[in-house]
Amino acid sequence: MKLREIVIEDAIIPSLKADKREDAVREMIQALVEAEAISTEQQDEFTKAVMSRERKGSTGFGNGVAVPHVKSPKIEKITVAVGISKEGIEFNALDKQPVYSLFLLLSPEDRPEEHLDAMEAIFGNLSQDQFRKFLRQAESVEEVLTLLEEADNSQIR
Amino acid sequence: MERCTVKILNKLGLHARPAMSFAEKASEYTAKISVRRVDSEDVVDGKSIMQMLMLAGTMGTKLELTAEGDDAAEALEALKSLVNDKFDEDE
Repeated sequence: MKLREIVIEDAIIPSLKADKREDAVREMIQALVEAEAISTEQQDEFTKAVMSRERKGSTGFGNGVAVPHVKSPKIEKITVAVGISKEGIEFNALDKQPVYSLFLLLSPEDRPEEHLDAMEAIFGNLSQDQFRKFLRQAESVEEVLTLLEEADNSQIR
Repeated sequence: MERCTVKILNKLGLHARPAMSFAEKASEYTAKISVRRVDSEDVVDGKSIMQMLMLAGTMGTKLELTAEGDDAAEALEALKSLVNDKFDEDE
C-alpha cells in the first residue's frame, strides 16, 4: 500500500496549531471534513472514537510520532490525515516525549488486512530516521507530498 | 539461541494493541528478540512496537521468533503463549 494513495492531500497540515492530544485529533479530523473525506455530521463521532481509542493506550509510540486511529463501519476506504507540529504536542506518548509527526488513520471495520497494510506503509517509513527528520522539517503541503512520493518509490517490498 | 514458529490466531491480526503487548512482553526479558514472517527475509526487533507493526501480520500469518540471551527460552515461552492466547482478544 502506498502512502500517496491513502493520504488525503487536502488533509495535510504542515503546522498544527494544537499543543494537546485531543486538540490535535480534532484539528486533523476537521481537516478531513474540509477535504470532504468525511461528512460534517461524522466529525464529532470520529473525534470521540479516536479519543476513546487513545485513552485505552496512547498511539504515541515513541520517537516523536503518533498514529491515532479507529476502525469504523462508516469508513469505506482507508483515509489518512497528516499533521506536523513544530513545537511538539503533549500526547502522553510511551516515551513521554512530545510528538511532532502524526498520521491519523480511519479504516473500514470489516477489512482488518487493509488496516494492517496501512499500518505497515506508515510505520515502514516512520521507523526510518531520515523520513521522520524530513517530515518534521517539511514547511508546506507540497514538501510533504514530495516526501511521501519519494518514500513510496524507495520502498522495497 | 532459541527459535520457534507461531501462527497469529486473532481475527484482527497484529494491530497496534497486540503489537504493543508483544513488545512490552519481549522487553521484560534481556534476550534479544527477533521476529520474521516465515514468508519474508525481513527481520524486525520484537521489542519495537513500530517494527512489529511493519510485519502487517494478519490472522493466519506465521511468524518465526528468535531469542538470543540468558533468558531466551523463557522469553519465547511467554511470547508463544501471548500469540496463542490471541493477545487476550475475544476472537
